[in-house]
Amino acid sequence: MTVQLSNVTKRYGRDFSLKNVSLSFEKGKIYGLLGPNGSGKSTTLKMIAGLVYPSSGKVEVDTEEVSRQTCKKVAYLTELDMFYPSFTVGKMIDFYASQFEDFNSKKAGQLLLDMKLDRNKKIKQLSKGNRGRLKLVLALSRESPVLLLDEPFSGLDPMVRDSIVKSLLSYINFEEQTVIIATHEIDEIEPLLDEAIVIFHGDIIGQKNVETLREEEGLSVLEWLKSAMAERERIENE
Amino acid sequence: MAKDFQSSKPIYIQIADHLSSQIVRGEMRAGEKLPSVREMAIQSGVNPNTIQRTYSEMERMGIVETRRGQGTFVTENEQVLKDLKSRLQTDIIHSFVQNMKDLGYSQEEMITGLEQYLRREQE
Repeated sequence: MTVQLSNVTKRYGRDFSLKNVSLSFEKGKIYGLLGPNGSGKSTTLKMIAGLVYPSSGKVEVDTEEVSRQTCKKVAYLTELDMFYPSFTVGKMIDFYASQFEDFNSKKAGQLLLDMKLDRNKKIKQLSKGNRGRLKLVLALSRESPVLLLDEPFSGLDPMVRDSIVKSLLSYINFEEQTVIIATHEIDEIEPLLDEAIVIFHGDIIGQKNVETLREEEGLSVLEWLKSAMAERERIENE
Repeated sequence: MAKDFQSSKPIYIQIADHLSSQIVRGEMRAGEKLPSVREMAIQSGVNPNTIQRTYSEMERMGIVETRRGQGTFVTENEQVLKDLKSRLQTDIIHSFVQNMKDLGYSQEEMITGLEQYLRREQE
């Protein structure tokens, strides 16, 4: 299972969200899609999920061009809140189980215990941290070949972040899944990543293996990202 | 240990260093089983591929042994453990000497300084 973007451009009116982007993602790796706000990270994930179509170019999941059917193969954690406030946690889990064939209810039950979430609580009674945890429970309970996480840490305190990192490591199926995490909070996830991809103003300005980067250039991902962006801005200003 | 990684060194080496010093300090004994790759990944908040690399590297150095179907164990070869300890000693001395040089001390001054420090500590 691979995810492939070939010469993908996305325009919103006159603005470019992505400019002629080509990327490929392999099974068994965790990718970080990194860059500042508004760089095109979310658009990229939405295109892989089949929620947004490219203006030109091709997006393929497992050699099939994406469509609304792609959601069968792709689990997508959005940065937005997408819950029904009057649902209980349990009902939300049941709803997901009814929508996705690959939803593993047993795994969901285990994740709820790990995350200390109460099935009987209503979504509207949950704290922001617990809503963030619930989103992750729903995404990780699917046994989909592709897992997309859009800003899984955003606005969450360090304790919640820690529990999210631990559940990712516990529940990702490293033999079978391709995982792409879009975030601008790089310190949190650097040790989790195999590959880091820097996206800036809709353009891919670099892709590196995280350990090779340290080994060959003595740089952490954050340091590399800052220098790559500074370099790009310098070129654009010339 | 999670998140306290230096940026200049690969993470798999930093974890190997950490495990090596645990072994030398006796926190992990000869013949003891290491956590599985997945367990270690969860404990340290690190990608399992990285941990796998740590274990392979330590195996290459002879510090650990992988037994098929059983897991990874600290070696029982005493010579290897002795060598590991003296290698860590050399590393520490190396960084001490380097720091002292950076401060502008001569070799004699380093030795006198160290002797004085040890005498004071004994008292």
